Amino acid sequence: MKRVTLALTLALAAGLTAQAADAQTLKTVKDRGMLSCGVSQGLPGFSSPDDKGNWTGLDVDVCRAIAGAIFNDPTKVKYVPLSAKDRFTALQSGEVDVLSRNTTWTISRDTSLGANFTGVTYYDGQGFMVKKSLKVNSALELNSASVCVQTGTTTEQNLADYFKANNMKYEVIAFGTNDETVKAYEAGRCDVFTTDQSGLYANRLKLANPGDHMVLPEIISKEPLGPMVRHGDDQWFDIVKWTLFALITTEELGVTAKNVDEKAKLENPELKRVLGTDGNFGEQLGLTKDWVVRIVKAVGNYGEVFDRNVGAGSPLAINRGLNNLWNKGGLQYAPPIR
Amino acid sequence: MSTEARKPPPQIALKIRRVLGGKTGWNGIAVQFAFAAVLGWIAYEIVSNARANLENQHIAAGFGFLGNNAGFDVNQTLISYTGSDTFLRVFLVGLLNTLVVSVVGIVFATVIGFIVALCRLSPNWLLSRVGEIYVEIIRNLPVLFQILFWYLAVLAALPNPRQSISLLGIAFVSNRGLVIPRPIGESGFEVFVAVLALGIVASLALRIYARRALFQRGQMIRIWPYVLGLLFGLPLVTMLVSGLPFTFELPQLKGFNFAGGSRIIPEFVALTLALSTYTAAFIAEIVRAGILSVHSGQMEAGSSLGLSRGTTLRLVVVPQAMRVIVPPLTNQYLNLTKNSSLAVAIGYPDLVSVFAGTSLSQTGQAIEIIAMTMGVYLLISLITSAVMSVYGWRVSRSLGA
Repeated sequence: MKRVTLALTLALAAGLTAQAADAQTLKTVKDRGMLSCGVSQGLPGFSSPDDKGNWTGLDVDVCRAIAGAIFNDPTKVKYVPLSAKDRFTALQSGEVDVLSRNTTWTISRDTSLGANFTGVTYYDGQGFMVKKSLKVNSALELNSASVCVQTGTTTEQNLADYFKANNMKYEVIAFGTNDETVKAYEAGRCDVFTTDQSGLYANRLKLANPGDHMVLPEIISKEPLGPMVRHGDDQWFDIVKWTLFALITTEELGVTAKNVDEKAKLENPELKRVLGTDGNFGEQLGLTKDWVVRIVKAVGNYGEVFDRNVGAGSPLAINRGLNNLWNKGGLQYAPPIR
Repeated sequence: MSTEARKPPPQIALKIRRVLGGKTGWNGIAVQFAFAAVLGWIAYEIVSNARANLENQHIAAGFGFLGNNAGFDVNQTLISYTGSDTFLRVFLVGLLNTLVVSVVGIVFATVIGFIVALCRLSPNWLLSRVGEIYVEIIRNLPVLFQILFWYLAVLAALPNPRQSISLLGIAFVSNRGLVIPRPIGESGFEVFVAVLALGIVASLALRIYARRALFQRGQMIRIWPYVLGLLFGLPLVTMLVSGLPFTFELPQLKGFNFAGGSRIIPEFVALTLALSTYTAAFIAEIVRAGILSVHSGQMEAGSSLGLSRGTTLRLVVVPQAMRVIVPPLTNQYLNLTKNSSLAVAIGYPDLVSVFAGTSLSQTGQAIEIIAMTMGVYLLISLITSAVMSVYGWRVSRSLGA
């Protein structure tokens, strides 16, 4: 862990010399023939490698969508697994072009890290998981508990705030990676495991007896998760941002991976604009006219991505909730493509 | 045709030339200065370039963040700390945690190392095989695995707090660590500590006096009854006069955990255990090499004087072996200190974990934080080396070498 940080820091110190002048991320990516995408070290549903070594998940699909838009080939992605504390350094140093790694959008991260959030791919909130045998029904009953947490996360600070605000004592044990944290929780080192609620459900699947553990009802924070890009390249920022909007817009319009070709033939003005048979929005982004078609063919629309990775069609079976479209009671909303 | 002798060059210029230029004279000095100038220029370029680019990309820079609130908690703090303290405080907390695990680790590693080395050298077949097996197994496994092994083994073997193992009803062992009663100072506390300190100083003075009497006049003075009286009798008398100097706060199970008392967390135990047993395997080999470097005639001379094997080792062989042992031993101490940064794997809050880990990702100021952390490790290592050099120098001097 230390070596990775050290290497990245050195790369940052030395690489910054070249970085600022070289703000042409799109060109760099095209020349390389690969998108370099920072993901987690294994969080089911968001980014984790399967038994064949292929990465899957919601965050991974964002990378695939971007690669699809650029190369018309969603497989042209190099995944760089990053721990929570190494992720920003990897982005700053140019090790990755985009950081798509369940990262919470906060003001300090948006302003002091030299990076920008491009949108929200998942509206999350921090929760707690305990063993059912403890017979705890609320987070307010956790006074004097030991809490396992992954280091370098907003989770750590929310935890401190929550226990302080409710006048409760606790002991925090912070681990370097998600897996170490889960292992210590399972070994009984702590009573409570805390992270984003989606992460709790995902990690529960990793436990030996998922049924013995329960997620407490309290959500103690707002955790809007989204991808990040470096400062100083507005074109690249636009590409990543509008890739997310394209995913949401296509769900709104009912365009799916299967019917995208038929939809493109329809004489509907909005569909024609979005799918590039009319106008040249893709070219303005530095991509091709059919960029949205490429994205949808690569991963499907936002609803398909959600269902496949974390929703009803996945072992996690998380409700759409806040992540439903704005016109269906959720928060997912995209500015118009026109 | 002047036969006047050439003037000798002025002494000072000669000295400068010799120091800087060596055999090549003034040309050499010019090369040195040019080289230093190039190095300085490269360093300046790197620093100013990085600064400019950090500014361009709006990445926060500078050490101002040290005064900001950290906003997260740490589970082992030797000085008082809460989430509303500053990052500077976090730095100190982490540093102290690193130091305590290093110092305790070094003490245990040295003791275990010496014992294993003596086992390996023992004429007893069983003992020497046990020593050999220990060394060969421990030093051939990566230390990270050993840390994880001890951590998970320690955790797995211990019950949860509600079923904790009670030691006489005052101390408790569970997978939350070892909880012991905490002494709380009462009115007679200062007097008690003062008397205890006095006893220790007086005992040391007595020892120096006795040694001098032995070496200078050949006079054996038995000092242990006096030392016993000074160290235990005197404080006991004070206690009788001014009452108990402290009372104990007993730990009690409340809710999930023990309240009150002091606690040693399992992460600390696992890390210390792993680092000291691992380093001990190397120290054992160094000590063995040191002892074997002393000519076997010394051992024989000792026994022909009628000294026992233990006494010969203690008085004749080991002091001579120390000269060989100390330099590589320093390396092992440095290794142990640096290996303590693996703590993050098991959640022990050392400097790398809380400062170069959590603080780094909270502030994003990688360059400053990593530089500070590296600087601290460098400082710790240099101080350790300096102390060991002084010790090595004293050992050599006392042998008249």
